[in-house]
Amino acid sequence: MSRISEVSAEAAQQGRKLLIPYVVAGDPDLPTTLKLMHKLVADGADMIELGVPFSDPSSDGPVIQRGVERAIAGGTNLAKVLDLVAEFRLQNSSTPIVLMGYLNPVEIMGYEAFATRASDVGVDGVLIVDMPPSEASGLCDLLKERRIDTIFLVAPTTTDTRCAQIVANCSGYLYYVSLKGVTGAALLDTESVRLSIEKLRKMTDLPIVIGFGIKDAASARTMGALSEGVIIGSALVERIEKLSPGDTSSAQQLAHVTEVIKTAREALDSL
Amino acid sequence: MPDMQQDSIGFAGPDSLGHFGPYGGTFVGETLIAAVEELSRVYEEVSKDPEFWAEYDHDLKYYVGRPSPLYLAERLTAAAGGAKIYLKREDLNHTGAHKVNNTIGQALLAKRMGKTRIIAETGAGQHGVASATVAARLGLECFVYMGAEDIQRQAPNVYRMKLLGATVVSVDSGSRTLKDAMNEALRDWATNVDSTYYIIGTVAGPHPYPQIVRDFQCIIGRETREQSLAQLGQLPDALVACVGGGSNAIGMFHPFLNDSSVAMYGVEAGGDGVETGRHAAPLSAGVPGVLHGNRTYLMTDSGGQIMETHSVSAGLDYPGVGPEHAWLKDLKRVNYVNATDSEAMKAFHQLTRLEGIIPALESAHAVAYAMRLAATMAPEQSVVINLSGRGDKDIQTVAKLEGLTL
Repeated sequence: MSRISEVSAEAAQQGRKLLIPYVVAGDPDLPTTLKLMHKLVADGADMIELGVPFSDPSSDGPVIQRGVERAIAGGTNLAKVLDLVAEFRLQNSSTPIVLMGYLNPVEIMGYEAFATRASDVGVDGVLIVDMPPSEASGLCDLLKERRIDTIFLVAPTTTDTRCAQIVANCSGYLYYVSLKGVTGAALLDTESVRLSIEKLRKMTDLPIVIGFGIKDAASARTMGALSEGVIIGSALVERIEKLSPGDTSSAQQLAHVTEVIKTAREALDSL
Repeated sequence: MPDMQQDSIGFAGPDSLGHFGPYGGTFVGETLIAAVEELSRVYEEVSKDPEFWAEYDHDLKYYVGRPSPLYLAERLTAAAGGAKIYLKREDLNHTGAHKVNNTIGQALLAKRMGKTRIIAETGAGQHGVASATVAARLGLECFVYMGAEDIQRQAPNVYRMKLLGATVVSVDSGSRTLKDAMNEALRDWATNVDSTYYIIGTVAGPHPYPQIVRDFQCIIGRETREQSLAQLGQLPDALVACVGGGSNAIGMFHPFLNDSSVAMYGVEAGGDGVETGRHAAPLSAGVPGVLHGNRTYLMTDSGGQIMETHSVSAGLDYPGVGPEHAWLKDLKRVNYVNATDSEAMKAFHQLTRLEGIIPALESAHAVAYAMRLAATMAPEQSVVINLSGRGDKDIQTVAKLEGLTL
């Protein structure tokens, strides 16, 4: 069983919702990201999605785009993100780490080299937003051999036939995109999300988590009630935007960033 | 109709998932998958529908002004000193470039799909103008995404789009050029996917765009083939076209792919020179990767970030290239070469002064290489340049480079 499945199973047993924060690795710099990762775990994160910066993030809204631009300006790339995971693992061997990003950096590193290094440093899942299942078999197989989960998105526009194809290829958890649009947009109506999740439940036993547009305790609670958990990205990155690069942030500043996770944790635990 | 018959002989592609050999494909976020699948379905239907193609042909004839002439450039030929140089005059199309061949076709698709809103990305502004034009004609709302940098260097086209009723959206992210405009258009599409048709302007993007845009641009090569047989009594010995994303080049080349006697040259933007790194020539100096929905040759750094490109011509200033070109490069069917900014500028002036034709700076790259090539060939041989656009939009850029203000 993968680390993601273990954590999900344990949460399910305890009746606990999964809380998965997303941060861009290297925003505003790599040492700060490392501190934030530990702080996020302390404040209630069950897993962490680590954004791999890519110059052309065409599925992301303006907040994450700017985070990515800050990370790239600091020289962060896929190899350095993998090093960051290795460093995180020196102090934390239990929290699953999912790399989320775009395909080109992985293509350029090479699938085999990426999968091997990801496995060596302790990556648990990989989510490539511009790699649909029909194009994924090469990378998927290499990751599977190394017991790394490949996570896919399901969108409101995804047809039933496609849903079946996606769940057949997906492992770890299924990421339901709550709305038509890019990351950080306004939230879709609860009813249509509920119906979609209901439909997906009949197709898979995978934990279903909801992302895109969850920005505070209230939206986390609403979406958490419909699923196994939530992902919070843009709301965090918006707060990180106020930090300066150069590893200068105080503990208090970091606590301000992760406060959104702390309150979301409380909201989810009250369900 | 597209060249089905020719496809069946040798250079068939793409496959049902949009692959040209290892290139192409559908690398987009999940939200857009349903939209590209719908487009594939509709296009498969209409590509077999003679009525659709009859309407397309009718629009090309009566609205665009096709066929465009194949013109023997005698003074240019004499200046190059070798093979006869012919110009395929896409610059004479309505809106001034080949781009309209594609927007006419995609507008018909949008209409058939019941979409009420058109979006497009543009670099030099030619595709934006061609999109705004067809949107005006069909009474559709139109948003054109354009890099802030390109808005500066192509001001006349920006104003043309506004006159046509389009909203030009300035894109300030990334390198503020064509690639960033395309990212922004993809974001718009994901957000407004139900109402919106995205007219991609080149043979890139996710499947089925590289195929659709190619099929609509193949009118260039089909006419050239017929005109060559009628005017030269034979096929030309060589074809030359500039390659940014590669739509005018594929449109010219594709109907000749199985004619092994016809050599083909795709001319990329050499910028300051490929050896300087300041260029936009992924086929000359790039590696395969994935960007904007397809796998192709890209200008990318060792960490996988897309590099900023440079070209005097906004329309060629793109770090990727259509996946079919990537495949034709590997198959060695087309020779991909480049011309620098200064070579293109020289050719721009030569064509203007020798023939009274002001070429787009994009097309000037093809002129520059074709003159070099013609000089190595015999006088009884012939070279056809795809003169993809006219240069009215570039006169400010040229004046500025020469220290003048208009």
